[in-house]
Amino acid sequence: MPTFTLQINGKAYPVEADAKMPLLWAIRELAGLTGTKYGCGISQCRACTVHLNGNAVQSCSIPVSAAVGQKITTIEGLSENNSHPVQKAWIAEQVPQCAYCQSGMIMGASALLQRTPNPTDKDIDAAMQGHICRCGTYPRIRKAIKTASKMMVKA
Amino acid sequence: MKTANQHLSRRNFIRQSGLSGVALTIGLYMPAWAKNEATVLTAETAENLGLELTAWVSIDKTGKVTILNHRSEMGQGSFQAVPQMIAEELEVNLDDVNILFAPGSQTKYGPQVTGGSSTVSGAYKRLLLTGATAREMLIEAAAKKWSVPASECYAENGQVFHRPSGKKFNYGELVEDAAKLEPPKNVKLKNRKDYKLIGKPLPRQDTNIKTNGQAIFGMDKKIPGMLYAVVERSPRIKGKVKSFDDTASKAIPGVKHVIKVQRDVFAAKQEGVAVVADNLWAAMQGRKALKVEWDDDGFEHLSTAQLYARMNEDLNKPGLSVRTAGNFSSVFAAANKKVEAVYETPYESHSCLEPLNCIAHFQENKLEIWGPIQGPDWVQADVGQKMGLKPENVTVNMTFLGGGFGRKAFMDYPHEAALISKAVNAPVQVVWTREDDMTQGPFRPGAVYGCKAGLTKDGYLQAFETKMAAQDMDHQSGGDNSTYNPSTVEGLLKPYFESISNYNFADIPTESPIPVMWWRSVYASTNGFAYESFMDELSLAAGKDPLDFRRGLLQAERYQNLIDALEEKSGWKTRPKNSGWGVAITECFNSIVGEVVKVSKGQDGKVKIDKVVAVMDCGWYVNPDTIRQQVEGCIVMALGAATTHETHFEDGKAVEKNFDTYKMPRIADIPEIEVHIMENEEKPGGVGEPGLPPFAPALCNAIFDLTGKRIRKLPFNLKEV
Repeated sequence: MPTFTLQINGKAYPVEADAKMPLLWAIRELAGLTGTKYGCGISQCRACTVHLNGNAVQSCSIPVSAAVGQKITTIEGLSENNSHPVQKAWIAEQVPQCAYCQSGMIMGASALLQRTPNPTDKDIDAAMQGHICRCGTYPRIRKAIKTASKMMVKA
Repeated sequence: MKTANQHLSRRNFIRQSGLSGVALTIGLYMPAWAKNEATVLTAETAENLGLELTAWVSIDKTGKVTILNHRSEMGQGSFQAVPQMIAEELEVNLDDVNILFAPGSQTKYGPQVTGGSSTVSGAYKRLLLTGATAREMLIEAAAKKWSVPASECYAENGQVFHRPSGKKFNYGELVEDAAKLEPPKNVKLKNRKDYKLIGKPLPRQDTNIKTNGQAIFGMDKKIPGMLYAVVERSPRIKGKVKSFDDTASKAIPGVKHVIKVQRDVFAAKQEGVAVVADNLWAAMQGRKALKVEWDDDGFEHLSTAQLYARMNEDLNKPGLSVRTAGNFSSVFAAANKKVEAVYETPYESHSCLEPLNCIAHFQENKLEIWGPIQGPDWVQADVGQKMGLKPENVTVNMTFLGGGFGRKAFMDYPHEAALISKAVNAPVQVVWTREDDMTQGPFRPGAVYGCKAGLTKDGYLQAFETKMAAQDMDHQSGGDNSTYNPSTVEGLLKPYFESISNYNFADIPTESPIPVMWWRSVYASTNGFAYESFMDELSLAAGKDPLDFRRGLLQAERYQNLIDALEEKSGWKTRPKNSGWGVAITECFNSIVGEVVKVSKGQDGKVKIDKVVAVMDCGWYVNPDTIRQQVEGCIVMALGAATTHETHFEDGKAVEKNFDTYKMPRIADIPEIEVHIMENEEKPGGVGEPGLPPFAPALCNAIFDLTGKRIRKLPFNLKEV
């Protein structure tokens, strides 16, 4: 089996994997970073969202071979000590319930704010519409994105 | 619901939650995982906790307090509510407390199953008492050290003070002495007015580890030497394996075993083929390479159309009478106005975002389980018995649950994991794919309701009948099917039974092999739609305002107060006529919730939901922000079941396999939600479920108000109204 070197959260992870293994499983099972979640396997729920060169992508639908040489960021690498404005806003608004979707939500929201620091409701809808939260935390997610936006604008 | 009713007498509680026979070493430091990785209490972790004062409370020599959560945390907030109650009586700051999941042990913690919205309502006395007992032991230890009467001492913020002298001890300085004391009897609980934590919207203690990927769910758990299994499952529910060819599977590097397995679905034994490998990907590839022939001759290949035709036909049967009074038939026959309606609700999958999974390690005479489990004590008893083990020889270690909704209280998946572990003689994690999770059930049963009512000329409700034709959740184990299921009236406000003189509620168990099971708020989740839609129709027939009509029938003060609050908070009285307002009120798990939904037509001419105002009366409560979270979540979940998803069956198979066809509400679909909580002296009721049932009827009543179109069948497409 071939070895691929993945750059995850600024660290090199050589992983031995089938070339068509989804990046999700390489991150979770081979790099051992379990904050990124499996929810559907077909890009329908976005629990597996990570950043690839700063863009939010669904790691369940990208083969590990395609991620080589790209900068991968997972929830574990978003910040140290929950200090990213999105994480701070998520805590301030008490968003999580079961939280299985929240890594993906936070990665989606942080990518949105990176390119659109002051998003409208429509921007939020467009960016977050792919994400499923079965606990129904959506109203707080919307609120938290706005709170994070304010924090980032101030900073 | 089956209850694990190992009720402990107070005497037993004191003994079992005290120190008898517990020998622990004294830890001097907080372990590194204290605040960043929730873990379970095990023999190893216990060594770092200090001394156990009660079953839930341990304190070390530095004064660090550990509180156990004996319930599952599946999003509903037990990880906050349980310690918040104990910390109140223990007089400690919750932020300084280390919280761990207790392992399964009904003898030690009482019933642990997280269901029926019972964490606070079912355990509050026990939890307040455990905190107060530990507090009194610490006070007594301090009083002895100072040689003063305990009545001169009090506890606050992790310290005991001697009031006259101002002297104080940290709990850590007292724990060794306290632990030697006999737990006191007749411990006095605090007055509600003195609460520092209970009733406050404190931030959840599990939030910080849920925003950085550190919370460990079942899916994330690893055990040394663990193998992975995925199971090829019969696409037709309850099929058996005729034969399988594993040649190609075994050729995949990493695949170690391919075995036939069994999963108990109530009385039925479902068969599958498990591929066990040293990594998950190999197991998944091995499963793809399998060739299985299924024998499903013994299973009726039903379709949704056949199921609903059968339920509609069953409405003609008298059914098993659940509650009856007066004489419905004769009063209805003679009534001035008669109203009849039939309502339909769909089968639903639970679709927790974390698919089912479980780790089992079976060794001779013992079994250890790790996973997202709603009832660790049930798994000990039930899976233990099936594996030939006593409950005490089954260790169940908890993880966070990525949703539960009733599905993770069913013990088929830990049992299946135990069987696979036993067969391959190694610890094994069984992972269900989304497709497995969504197609195998058990499902929320679909239901058809026949409702009839008779009113007097001036709109007085004289006679009321509801018959529910649905698969009965209690009739699947091959036992006595002739008794009615009392929970089939859950969701209907109890005072209706007093104010309506002639009524009849009948449960008609429809026969079908589809496995069915509790789904958030259980029967209330569908009953609410039928009862409260019908009440709306009756108010119209009576020529009365829908909220006033209910007010007239619900005389008790508690309901009157809720109706007043709902009216005021929603602005009900000032609404323009036929402008899209709907209301519904339901009661389940001892809490009452009223919801007002406001709809309008958007620029595209389609109906959209503008706002939901909910009023929750759950009596005495712990954390108002958790209540708001739960009601918000219930409304979103109800929105999905009302307007976006349904599990269909075709030829004995579930049709919807993943979120591409089983469509969930998304962020843009969510209206503004406002939650209000009633303040009163009632006993605590449930929080996690009661917000769900009133949403669908309130929505449909609002749509009727706006459009004149009555929706009697769920789900419906909001865009096609």
